[in-house]
Amino acid sequence: MSKISSVVKKLTSYRLFLPIFCLILVLLSNLIKTPAFFEVSIKNGVLYGYIIDVINRASDLVILAVGMTFVIAVSGGTDISVGAVMSVAAAVCCYILAGGQQSVNEFQNPYILGVLAAMAAGVLCGCFNGFLVAKMKIQPMVATLILFTAGRGIAQLVTKGQITYIRVESYKMLGASIPGIPIPTPVFVAFLVVAITYVLIKKTTLGMYVQSVGINPRASRLLGIKSTWIIFLSYAFCGICAGIAGLVASSRIYSADANNIGLNLELDAILAVALGGNNLGGGKFSLLGSVIGAYTIQALSTTLYAMSVSPDQLPVYKAIVVVVIVSLQSPELKKMWKKLSAGRAVGKEVA
Amino acid sequence: MQKEVVLSMRNISKTFPGVRALDHVDFTLRQGEIHALMGENGAGKSTLIKVLTGVEEFESGEIRIAGAEGAIINHSPQEAGEHGISTVYQEVNLCPNLSVAENLFIGREPKRAGMIDWKTMNQKARDLLDSLDIQIDVAMAVENYSIALQQMIAIARAVDMSAKVLILDEPTSSLDENEVGKLFGLMGRLRAEGVGIIFVTHFLEQVYAVCDRITVLRNGALVGEYEIEKLPRVQLVAKMMGKDFDDLEAIKKTGESREQTGEVVIDARGIGHQGTIKPFDLEVRKGEVIGLTGLLGSGRSELARSLYGADKADSGELKVNGKAVSVNSPLDAMMAGMAYLPENRKEEGIINDLSVRENLILALQAKKGMFHLLSRKEQEEFTDKYIQLLQIKTADRETPIRQLSGGNQQKVILGRWLLTQPDFLILDEPTRGIDVGTKTEIQKLVVKLAGEGMSVMFISSEIEEMLRTCSRMAVLRDGQKVGELREEELNQNNIMKAIAGGEANE
Amino acid sequence: MKKKRNIDGNTFLLMITIVLFFVMYLIGILVFKDKGFAKPQVFLNLFISNAGLIVIAAGMTMVMIAGGIDISVGSVVALTCMLLAWMMDVKGIGAVPALILVLIMGLVFGLAQGYLIAYLKVQPFIVTLAGMFFARGMTAMISQEMISVKNTTFQSWAKAKINLTFLGGTVNKKGVMTYPFIYPGVLIALAVLVIVFVMLKFTKFGRTIYAVGGNEQSALMMGLNVKRTKLLVYVANGFLCALGGFLFCLNTCAGFVEQAKGFEMEAIASAVIGGTLLTGGVGNVFGSLFGVLIKGTIETFITFQGTLSSWWTKITIAALLAFFIILQSLFAKAKGKKK
Repeated sequence: MSKISSVVKKLTSYRLFLPIFCLILVLLSNLIKTPAFFEVSIKNGVLYGYIIDVINRASDLVILAVGMTFVIAVSGGTDISVGAVMSVAAAVCCYILAGGQQSVNEFQNPYILGVLAAMAAGVLCGCFNGFLVAKMKIQPMVATLILFTAGRGIAQLVTKGQITYIRVESYKMLGASIPGIPIPTPVFVAFLVVAITYVLIKKTTLGMYVQSVGINPRASRLLGIKSTWIIFLSYAFCGICAGIAGLVASSRIYSADANNIGLNLELDAILAVALGGNNLGGGKFSLLGSVIGAYTIQALSTTLYAMSVSPDQLPVYKAIVVVVIVSLQSPELKKMWKKLSAGRAVGKEVA
Repeated sequence: MQKEVVLSMRNISKTFPGVRALDHVDFTLRQGEIHALMGENGAGKSTLIKVLTGVEEFESGEIRIAGAEGAIINHSPQEAGEHGISTVYQEVNLCPNLSVAENLFIGREPKRAGMIDWKTMNQKARDLLDSLDIQIDVAMAVENYSIALQQMIAIARAVDMSAKVLILDEPTSSLDENEVGKLFGLMGRLRAEGVGIIFVTHFLEQVYAVCDRITVLRNGALVGEYEIEKLPRVQLVAKMMGKDFDDLEAIKKTGESREQTGEVVIDARGIGHQGTIKPFDLEVRKGEVIGLTGLLGSGRSELARSLYGADKADSGELKVNGKAVSVNSPLDAMMAGMAYLPENRKEEGIINDLSVRENLILALQAKKGMFHLLSRKEQEEFTDKYIQLLQIKTADRETPIRQLSGGNQQKVILGRWLLTQPDFLILDEPTRGIDVGTKTEIQKLVVKLAGEGMSVMFISSEIEEMLRTCSRMAVLRDGQKVGELREEELNQNNIMKAIAGGEANE
Repeated sequence: MKKKRNIDGNTFLLMITIVLFFVMYLIGILVFKDKGFAKPQVFLNLFISNAGLIVIAAGMTMVMIAGGIDISVGSVVALTCMLLAWMMDVKGIGAVPALILVLIMGLVFGLAQGYLIAYLKVQPFIVTLAGMFFARGMTAMISQEMISVKNTTFQSWAKAKINLTFLGGTVNKKGVMTYPFIYPGVLIALAVLVIVFVMLKFTKFGRTIYAVGGNEQSALMMGLNVKRTKLLVYVANGFLCALGGFLFCLNTCAGFVEQAKGFEMEAIASAVIGGTLLTGGVGNVFGSLFGVLIKGTIETFITFQGTLSSWWTKITIAALLAFFIILQSLFAKAKGKKK
């Protein structure tokens, strides 16, 4: 009996145990609901199937979760402006590509310009947040609240209050697929972002510095790490990620819908990071964990949709999951649990 | 004239896992007396206070207080307050946004018809402060007043709530001379009213300025209780350090006298930091091991920190290897060739979730800059080298450092700094919490490094360690550098005399 | 000894807000004089349309003084409206019992959030973010489509004009004497303000809120019950959110999923612009009232202007919020240096 418990103990001690366990759980429940869940076929030259859909739709969230991981790891705070920044980036891109018009059938300016503009918008927003948090030492949730409020308004201004449409086949490719390649493009983009970030972490000092600052900012300062700079960079990076995610989301609907792009994705991004086993208070992080968390959430949404839950009602379940996870992470709860089991142990002794 | 005993603690013992914090300690406080409680690191001062005020429990012994029948046990600070014992801590526990009057009376505000009566509260506050000779606007928020004044407000609250025993825990650390004088005035008035004051401090001069009695603790045990007039300074120092001071003996240090002819590596003129260390001058030569000695709280760590930029110096000039250097942050100091092993490794040393390897190479990495990543191979080589050199016991390079024992953690941090190959290495209590065998190794290592040309600053509470390794010592007292001892003068007695100060035999 | 009364930083911030409001209103009168900006009804409308926000801003102020924050308020308002509409028009429950039930709902919601924050010590931001999504989702679960409130009692409350005859009337185009008017909601909102003000200034609970927000550790050491105070603050806030939602519903007479989106930002902005410090310990409900009035004035501006999109209100508020946040942080830095 004890051998099994020791195996279980070893399994649960792996960092990625929680995220992988949750993912498997959700995938299984999907399978139960939809027996054809894992079936994959090729339609119109592109991979097709429920599971493909999940992976595809999760891409925006994966990209956001990558950026959010850094922000949470380095400062224990969150960036709730990511959804709004996506909207701004999409608006800027479509504005440039449409040359200021509301609906176009061909690019008014080179595609690459639109892409760069979107990423620049993302970076700028990130730098704004980073400046407030790192330099002005304002609490992260408050600092990012500003763009959360104003971001969509700015996007509306750029698109002049209308939805800007880019009815160009090549624009849709980013959100759909490139002819000749069976894998949907968003999946590629997500993969690329994760891969580049991974390289950044391993091949530069960024990963180590972020963790060091997040775990012990005092010690980090004493050994020569410029924590202000690192925090600033993390928020800027999160901004870029939001910009890229905005591009993908915009491409899916070949337009810039300031009100709806990235709507409610903030909570999903935070949830993804938490589900990934990362401590919401900051410190050591696992990029892979957040990525797995993002796919888990998307799969969870799919399960719930299959159970006839509407998109508007979905947040209820996500909220419950968040509350459960952070409660479990709470040291206070652990203390209470200890007291309770100590009391029970004493009771046993006496008996 | 024997005053009445207001508080008596007898045979108090308390054990924490692995350490005997208090071992049959007695403490007596009389009415209208200012009684200093002193001791070096691990002496048990704070544990004794915690036990008295109910923050911690004690295993044996008893506490009696005037006015209460039989022995009492305080289970919480509130209960201690009901027995007439209150504490004012170093970090003044007031609410900065509330007014003076409110801070004095919060939780017990005067009410009229169920509503708080501000007028009466303000008047009562004014009366209370007047009785203590403090005249300030009680309606202003407390944060508008200096720390010194805040402290006095905290004391006024404590005294108003319970008048028998007042514990002042390191109250003067953030005060300037003027403010200390005012505080002493207040303490004098309280003493005249019969309040018993326990004054926990490490400032020698202040103890002699205002106290009636001293109790010295060492390693959890009572060394003794003394009347101030009967205890010369140097005897006090000796008792705190656990040494014997014999005026007639002069123990000469054996061994060759090392000639200090190397060029000057560190030239500090007038470096100081507001509130922690008064401006000082210091020269350190190549290959020299300079020790900083003084009682706990005398400013040793603070001096080191102001050199290194851990606490940015706000006065003075620093030259490293002849070149003027402006140290705005630790990185500047590192780039100039300095390294600093902090006293508090838990809070300022280890990055506890990172691996041994990462902790070890971080400082060198920071020096190299963000874009010159040390290759994994290099990192592993360095890590293995220092694991070997310092005999660090770890399962693996990748083990999270928090899983190592305290001593091994310390070795990793030491290795971190040695890896940066500094010209000037500052070691603040490098052997604390390390087993005896390794202590010796580290001391030998220090001498070896000095022989190879590294300059080392060595801070330790254990005089023998420093005597074995240092070729010169700077002496600190009460937040100031008060002198230096040359090689020939280095012996226990001279050190204690220097620490105690001018009127050593008074 | 002479009494030197300096104007401390927080009072100064509040003064800026009050002056700002008057300046903005005056500009409005000057620019839109011919469109009738100077009419007293325009001023009263500020209160009528924002009665709900006033109540919620009062609750938010309380929470922020204690050092916390609550971003679920908008969603709770939506949930309140939807519940009221559903209870009255789908389930046929009377207006009064429906009102009582939503107020209880508000208390329970606040209790749940408060427990997680005060006793399990989870970050308030995360808890209330989850609360926001939970409440919004629940609104959709009750009904995906809009439910209009047709309950006659409720409608009568909503239409109960109170004519302020003492302000003097004017004869309108139809030859009828019309007076400036308000609705009962305004009176409720003002009553809430007064009650919360008195509570914060004159009760032990109120002063403990300030203490906890100022320095939680000190408050604990002074023997104050920090956990219970924090819990009760969120419970009270939950109640006020439900009440504010009720007032909101009187204006809209409907419940739908997208209602009150972004309301929490308006409440936070009103509180911050009104002088409530984000770091806690400082705040004044009447300052928050001015914050609400400023927002109302900007909205009125935009309405009178006619061509600007309503998003400009949000952007201006966000800009003001940013301005005040940075101002607060600069003041805090200056204070730190003084020592």
